[in-house]
Amino acid sequence: MSILINKNTRVVTQGITGKTGQFHTTMCKQYANGAHCFVAGVNPKKAGESFENIPIYATVKEAKQQQGVNASVIYVPPPFAAAAIWEAVEADLDLVICITEGIPVRDMVAVRDRMKKEGRKTVLCGPNCPGIITPDEIKIGIMPGHIHLRGRIGVVSRSGTLTYEAVGQLSDLGLGQSTAVGIGGDPVNGLKHKEVLELFMNDPDTDAVVMIGEIGGSDEEDAAMWYAQECRNKKPVVGFIAGVTAPAGKRMGHAGAIISGGKGTAQEKLAVMEACGIKTTQNPADMGRLLQSVM
Amino acid sequence: MKIHEYQGKEILRKFGVVTPRGFPCFTVAEAVQAAEKLGAELATKVWVVKAQIHAGGRGKGGGVKVAKSLDEVRTYSSQILGMQLKTHQTGPEGQKVRRLLVEEGADIKKELYVGMVVDRVTQRVCLMASSEGGMDIEEVAAHTPEKIHKVFIDPVDGLTDVEADEVAAKIGVPFNSIAQARVMLQGLYKAFWETDASLAEINPLIVTGDGQVIALDAKMNFDSNALYRHEDIVALRDLDEEDAAEIEASKFDLSYISLDGNIGCLVNGAGLAMATMDTIKLFGAEPANFLDVGGGATTEKVTEAFKLMLSNPQVKGILVNIFGGIMRCDTIATGVVAAARETHLSVPLVVRMRGTNEDIGKQILKDSGLPIISATDMADAAQKIVAAVNA
Repeated sequence: MSILINKNTRVVTQGITGKTGQFHTTMCKQYANGAHCFVAGVNPKKAGESFENIPIYATVKEAKQQQGVNASVIYVPPPFAAAAIWEAVEADLDLVICITEGIPVRDMVAVRDRMKKEGRKTVLCGPNCPGIITPDEIKIGIMPGHIHLRGRIGVVSRSGTLTYEAVGQLSDLGLGQSTAVGIGGDPVNGLKHKEVLELFMNDPDTDAVVMIGEIGGSDEEDAAMWYAQECRNKKPVVGFIAGVTAPAGKRMGHAGAIISGGKGTAQEKLAVMEACGIKTTQNPADMGRLLQSVM
Repeated sequence: MKIHEYQGKEILRKFGVVTPRGFPCFTVAEAVQAAEKLGAELATKVWVVKAQIHAGGRGKGGGVKVAKSLDEVRTYSSQILGMQLKTHQTGPEGQKVRRLLVEEGADIKKELYVGMVVDRVTQRVCLMASSEGGMDIEEVAAHTPEKIHKVFIDPVDGLTDVEADEVAAKIGVPFNSIAQARVMLQGLYKAFWETDASLAEINPLIVTGDGQVIALDAKMNFDSNALYRHEDIVALRDLDEEDAAEIEASKFDLSYISLDGNIGCLVNGAGLAMATMDTIKLFGAEPANFLDVGGGATTEKVTEAFKLMLSNPQVKGILVNIFGGIMRCDTIATGVVAAARETHLSVPLVVRMRGTNEDIGKQILKDSGLPIISATDMADAAQKIVAAVNA
């Protein structure tokens, strides 16, 4: 078991004909069960063509009808990405993973509003995220597959390379991962830490969770408070928050990584997590060992 | 992206928000002319001379003066133009004033606050309004949060008449001015939405003695991801207000932010870059910058990144931290070696590499013959650079 994706997930790639989409589709196909999982692509102008034997359809809906896809990954350029998300939602896929970085916030506000008002079942991961991987089964996204090890630790994070750092440390210690989820660095997104944590808590094949956050917003606090109320002592969770040294009012790369109005500081997040029973470290080189210490 | 107050007011006026009449001025002569014009057209006898810099807190720093004669307009304009205006947002060196806004004075009866941001939890635009105008809103939020009223605006319906009227009444807009406040609040929301703003703030919003609702100030920031569809707003960019190194970085698609410490750091990925800065601090030093080279770093990009870091005279050492995923460590190593040679690097350099082609990368660094210090993990790297800088 795992969360969100496994070897039976059938994926349609939106933006399969672009340079980024092609490169990562090739990498994903080569990883574990990828050749069986990546079964369709979408481009309205190139319907009927194929990429590495993956058939290209005009719409997500058609890809679903023809190939039974239940998940999508999006590499479409920012001006068109929110519309691509909506297309996948409208086709009632289970999961949409949006890798695209740089989508205007207003576009995300509009598409999230529509998803909520229409009560859509589709789960959105991202945008501006590395994707999701269930080691030795399937990788959907841009993370390096080879650093992962199959196992029983859940990983959830807002950043890309910092997630790889945590995964690398875990794998070095022989602690494999059930699923690693990158929820992305944008202020308006789909899956939040709390929702991913809840999935891990209910997953019989996850024993412990590493939660990595960064400055800005209150996602980490919300997740920690939910954990304290619902799941304290059920499974151990450890955490790290990047940005102790970040000054207020400066956007640190990610659109969502900004301390504004004195809110969203790393110190505040770390204090709430500790109070909620989540062990934290201030040393990012210690994430793996910290997890090992609570097992 | 940030703009000046006078530019924000021009945008807001297009959406029906009432502001004082005024003119942007670049010289003292222009300021006096502007005041004369306002005097002739509006019979203005009181003028406000306002420094135009992007930072807030201008009044407290001496950048806003009320003038009661044309002579005073001239005196204040010559004092303010060219001054290094220091506020809580500028840093200790202050910001040079290059532009002024000369406006008609206003008869202030009430000072209110209205602001808009995108709320991450509800994923909607949030209108914040308060009766406590003219003050630092963060202070109000900290001490009297009950005085801040919030409306989470439905993106399809926009700010409704009922919502606007209710919030106006709550913050103390007199009954006879509610209709005007509604036009103002709805205009502010339309401006926010249609220009892809990330922040819009009017502090203070005033009610005058004769019941007019006027935006005495205007602060607008915009979503940089949406600038591609707003050429008119891009044209308002004032490079004098931005950090020179940050402007240079953006030309090479590098994400760079100047900080106060003495250890430069070059990292791939925003989260890892922040974590690297934190590790430097953990071991007793301070980072000189945030620098994310992104996913597709080339030799050229790494060289530019080195030049940027070294353009800061504070930098006494450099830490490179790379987690190679899609980006290969050998590519980065080649870039680091080329950059170190081209910049005639004379400060200590610690490199930590992990991931794809890690061994090849390390070999390239070793074979270069350059005095590059290799590190095994982030903590080791931070300790080594801190030790080297303090040696």
